[in-house]
Amino acid sequence: MIPLWWFLALAAAMFCLGIYGVLSRRNAIGILMGIELMLNAVILNLVAFWRYLNPSVISGQVFAIIVLAVAASEAAVGLALIISIYRRRGTVVAEDIDLLKW
Amino acid sequence: MTLLQIIFLVIAAVMLIGSFLVVTSRRLIHAGLWLILVMAGVAAMLVILEASFLAVVEVLVYIGAISILIIFAVMLTRRVMDDTGPQSTQLWWVAGLVSLLLFGGLLAVFARVPALLVTASELPADQATVLSDLGRSLVDANRFVLPFEVASILLLAAMVGAIFIARPETSVEGGEDE
Repeated sequence: MIPLWWFLALAAAMFCLGIYGVLSRRNAIGILMGIELMLNAVILNLVAFWRYLNPSVISGQVFAIIVLAVAASEAAVGLALIISIYRRRGTVVAEDIDLLKW
Repeated sequence: MTLLQIIFLVIAAVMLIGSFLVVTSRRLIHAGLWLILVMAGVAAMLVILEASFLAVVEVLVYIGAISILIIFAVMLTRRVMDDTGPQSTQLWWVAGLVSLLLFGGLLAVFARVPALLVTASELPADQATVLSDLGRSLVDANRFVLPFEVASILLLAAMVGAIFIARPETSVEGGEDE
């Protein structure tokens, strides 16, 4: 049987790679991809805890479903924002979108 | 080492290589395709964890919807930085340091918690009852009906907001400065 910490280590590695992507990408769509990686790691973590610690209580899976809904809406709104910015300013580079920076 | 462990290690290796290529590959469209591979790996992990419904939902929502959305966005904006200029910020090594530190910290925490060494407990019954319990708990007034409804309102608001934000500006009346 697979120990729980294998799943946790895998999810932690995915989460940290996602953080690296968010912090180091210049392209805004690349940043969103990093966020999707992090959310996937969170879902994996939640389901692993549900399965190993308390599988008779279904709340772990419900949490994962809620996270999934939030991820879907986040991706939709984020990509709409990026496309809107691209139409207005002709760029998707995160450091060029500095209208609110002083 | 059992067969299940070997399968886990193979899928985990594929997922980690895929995640690394998602955050480092130069062409963003390739990164999107690698993201699909990682999501398929997550779905396989959910199958190993015996969460069948979530595995199917992962394939439907992530592979079927979100990654297609991301690839569409990459295609719509691809003239901008396709292969020209660096894809990472100048301080990418700080980002790598931060994520490595976080990973080390998380592993150190895992090593200190003895509860994480547990093996999986038995599922209460066959998968069908787990699935029907999941479905019932989402519409049960005493359990998760409120988060469920809030999530659906959030999805509706996100859909309306996304349509409104990404609407083309051909029919904009006065007040815009462009």
